[in-house]
Amino acid sequence: MTADPSSVRSIRWENSTAIVELSGDVDMHQTPKTHRAIVGVCDRKPRTLVVSLEDVPYIDSSGIGMLVDVFRRLKTQGAVMRLCGLNERVRGVFEITKLDRFFLIYAGLQEALAG
Amino acid sequence: MECRAITTDGGVRLEIASESRHCAKVRTAVKRVAERAGLTEPALTCVTLAVDEAITNIIRHGYDGRRGQPIEVEVRPTTHDGKKCIEFFLRDRGRQVEPNQIQGRELSDVRPGGLGTHIIRTVMDVVDYSKRDAGGMQLHLIKYLEPCTAPGADGPRGDVS
Repeated sequence: MTADPSSVRSIRWENSTAIVELSGDVDMHQTPKTHRAIVGVCDRKPRTLVVSLEDVPYIDSSGIGMLVDVFRRLKTQGAVMRLCGLNERVRGVFEITKLDRFFLIYAGLQEALAG
Repeated sequence: MECRAITTDGGVRLEIASESRHCAKVRTAVKRVAERAGLTEPALTCVTLAVDEAITNIIRHGYDGRRGQPIEVEVRPTTHDGKKCIEFFLRDRGRQVEPNQIQGRELSDVRPGGLGTHIIRTVMDVVDYSKRDAGGMQLHLIKYLEPCTAPGADGPRGDVS
């Protein structure tokens, strides 16, 4: 399934794992519709949600906050969220907010799928 | 008023409406001035992010999400205390608050929202909020042309209550 190309590039499933690939800047402007799309995925009750940020050049605190919200939703469902593909600048935002150790962050998609 | 840019001496003054779609334009302009002034990565991304967060706070808190309200962003290379720096002024006509009440929250309390002020204070060397006589607030920021390092983190991993 393909969603809005400016925020959620693709959503696909591998068994009970949902893989969401984001693209473009995840900022205050894009976050609301990105959030809606990911919450829609959460409603389908995945056991694991992998969010790929490989094609995300920039993220702000709105985007980070959205990911925190998704993490918490999944946790109440007994599911886990994994992030992957963060470039140096995006990782820097996680570090400034001290959330790099809160999230499960993997180098690439394959590593994230393997857990 | 949508988005207007006025080039100044090595810097730029932007007048935008309080709408999130203008944030990308401000980021581009800030990055261009900062890069020309000699700022390099990762500081370049850090200051761009901090200004972005300041605008987000104005739209969300100063104007309570109201669209079409004026925001002025001024960026210029200068010297402060004899050191080269980049100076930023963000001005609005929104709700006034006491400057000492503008605080970032504890990061150990992991939840969505409230990270912007923390980012601004972490990235910038000088952060000065003030009430404007004409109404609204002014935020004065200074970033010295030194390497930016993100602080280490000791927060929880993969767990939140």
